[in-house]
This record gives sequence, structure tokens and C-alpha cells, in this order.
Amino acid sequence: MSNWKIFSKGLLDENPIFILALSLCPALAVTTTVINGVTMGLTVMFVITSNNVVVSIVRHWVNPKVRVPVYITSIATIVTVAQLVLQAYFPVLYKALGIYLALVVVFAIILARAEVFASKNGVIPSFFDGFGMGFGFLVAMLSISVIRELIGAGTLCGYPVFGDSYNPMLMMVLPPGAFMLIGYMVAGVKTWNDKREEKRLKEGEA
Amino acid sequence: MGEYFTLFIGAVLINNFVLTKFLGLCIFFGISKNLNASIGMGMAVTSVMTMSSMLAWLVYHFVLEPFHLTFLSTIVFVVLVASFVQLLELIIKKQAPALYNMWGIYLLLIATNCIVLAVPLLNVENNYSFLLSIVFAIGSGLGFALAIILMASLREKLAYADVPKPLQGTGIAFILAGMLSLAFLGFSGML
Repeated sequence: MSNWKIFSKGLLDENPIFILALSLCPALAVTTTVINGVTMGLTVMFVITSNNVVVSIVRHWVNPKVRVPVYITSIATIVTVAQLVLQAYFPVLYKALGIYLALVVVFAIILARAEVFASKNGVIPSFFDGFGMGFGFLVAMLSISVIRELIGAGTLCGYPVFGDSYNPMLMMVLPPGAFMLIGYMVAGVKTWNDKREEKRLKEGEA
Repeated sequence: MGEYFTLFIGAVLINNFVLTKFLGLCIFFGISKNLNASIGMGMAVTSVMTMSSMLAWLVYHFVLEPFHLTFLSTIVFVVLVASFVQLLELIIKKQAPALYNMWGIYLLLIATNCIVLAVPLLNVENNYSFLLSIVFAIGSGLGFALAIILMASLREKLAYADVPKPLQGTGIAFILAGMLSLAFLGFSGML
């Protein structure tokens, strides 16, 4: 498998949020504004990529029996680094993300990539795998937060878009709106993937 | 006494962990297909959450704070909770095999889960006393149990409904959770 393939599968075929439905807690909680959503996406991308690299470097020395605690400690260390950096340079964002930043530690997707991919592959493919999965996560976070902020507050990155006459639909920035939006987005991505699959099958027959 | 009661009701209904804070969604959507499993999971989460938050409170206030290591709290809590759950699993397996057969698999699932880790972190953030943190943990756990049992009952009814194809599975479960969450928003003016 080429590095491009490894990278791009995280975007659609195995998108962590829309297809695998993993690591949803933060995806719903912090996507009330675009800036929060993107910060969270970038943090996760950083953590998942660095953790994949670390796990793939140490994969020959870690006894399989203790691999999960080793992975968790590695993830927790990287998350703490990200936390301290955000706290020092972007204190406002750090406050807005709250405990969800610390909860990146227990993201199923990060542990899953370490277990499924990085523990069996070399450093470079593992890097691209983490980068692709993180990028897929970032894109999902971006799309969810753009829709929620636009409809729920009528702004984009804090700037008003629709003018004064727009009456924001508050439900979209409240929890129920997040659940329903994800429900419809999952359905949309599923329909699109099914169509592509059908097309691929037809081309195979012809 | 009033303070404890307010915190408890707040944790169960108003700030419900699943429906307003989005914690524990992986197990919430994974387990809620089956009512009996949901009840087991709710009980397991409540008990593990209470015990691990007690442990985390003691470690934070007697180890991390005196040695100025509070910046390590994320790492320490994760390792603490995960190893505590493993230990609990070993003890139950040895001492109460019947209980283990019923709830053992849920323990494994919650070893590294955001809902269990969130309670110690929130306790630290809000500076709760030891008793308050226990009340908060029990309330949050019961809130989770309430949400997952309600969801499981709804999903069992849903089995007879004619759901459009793209929405089947995860999609409709999310929309259902959205409705539940909307209902729980009604509690927000209560206290």
C-alpha cells in the first residue's frame, strides 16, 4: 500500500467520526464554534501522529503482555505536552476546551491506531496512518463546527455572516442539535460511500 | 445537606453526563441495543466511578499536591483508573465468579473510558471536598445509568419501526439521543 493510500483512507473510507463512530465525546462537545473545533482537531492530529511514531519505534522492545499500559502512558505523556503548550500560548482556548483536552488520552481512535497499525508497521507508514486519521478527524470537526456555528449563532469564526436580521437557531449550539446533526451527517456519508461502492462494483462487472 | 442534594440532582438530571456533556458515548451507543446489558453497564459504571474517584481524590490531595506534581494529573489519573479496574476485575473473578460472569466484560470496556476519567478531572477542577466528590460520582453514574436504560428501552421499540435505509444503525441512534437530550434540557431551570 502506498503512503498516499494509507493517508487518504482516514478521510473517507475509515473516517474516525463518520464511519467508525469512535471518539465522539469531544466531536460533539467542543464544536460549538469553529475555532474550538479546529483547535481540538489539530491537537488530536498531533497526538495521534506522534503516538503512532513512538509506538512504531518501540514496537520491537515492548512485551506484548504490557503493550496497552505502555501505549496509554505514551499517549498521556503526549497529551500532557499538548496541554501545557496550549495553556502557555493560548490560555483562552485552553479554558474553552476544558476537560475535553485531557480526555483526548482515552480516545478510542488513538489507541486503536497504535494497536491495529503502528505496532505492526514501520515508522514512515505509521506516520502517514496517524496523519491521515488525524486529518480525517480534523475535517470532520471542521465541517461539524462550521454548520453548528453558522446555524446556531449566525457567525463564522466569530464574524457575523447573515447580518442583523438573522435569528439564530439556538438549538444547534446546544447538545440536542449536536446529536441530531451528527445523526444526519453519518447518514449522508453512508449514502455517499454506498453510491461509490455501487459504482465500483458496476465498473468491475463491465 | 442542601449542597449535597443540589449537586446530586444536578449530576443526575441537569448536567447529565451522556446527554449534556457527551461523555461515555462509545459505550452509550455500543451497549444500548440491549436492555439487560444496559442495566449491567449502568451499575458497573456507577460503582467503578465512585471507587476510582475516591482513590483519585486521595492520590491528588495527598501525593500530587504536596509534591507540586499537579501537572502530571492526567497521566496519573489514567494509569490509576485503568489499573484499578484491572485489579477490581481480578478480585471479582477470584472472590465472586457469579458476579464476574454477569458484569465482568463491562469492567474491561470501561477500563479506559472518558466517562470514568472525567469524574476525577472534574472533581479537581471544581475543588470538591472528599464527600462532595463521592456524591458527584454517584450522581453522575446514576445519570449515566438512567440515560442508557432509557435509550435501550427506546431502541428495543425501534426494532419494529420502518427506518429509512441511510439512517439505519448509528444515524437513527444519534437522532434518538438528540430527542432525549432535548427532553433533559427541560430540567435545566429546575434548580
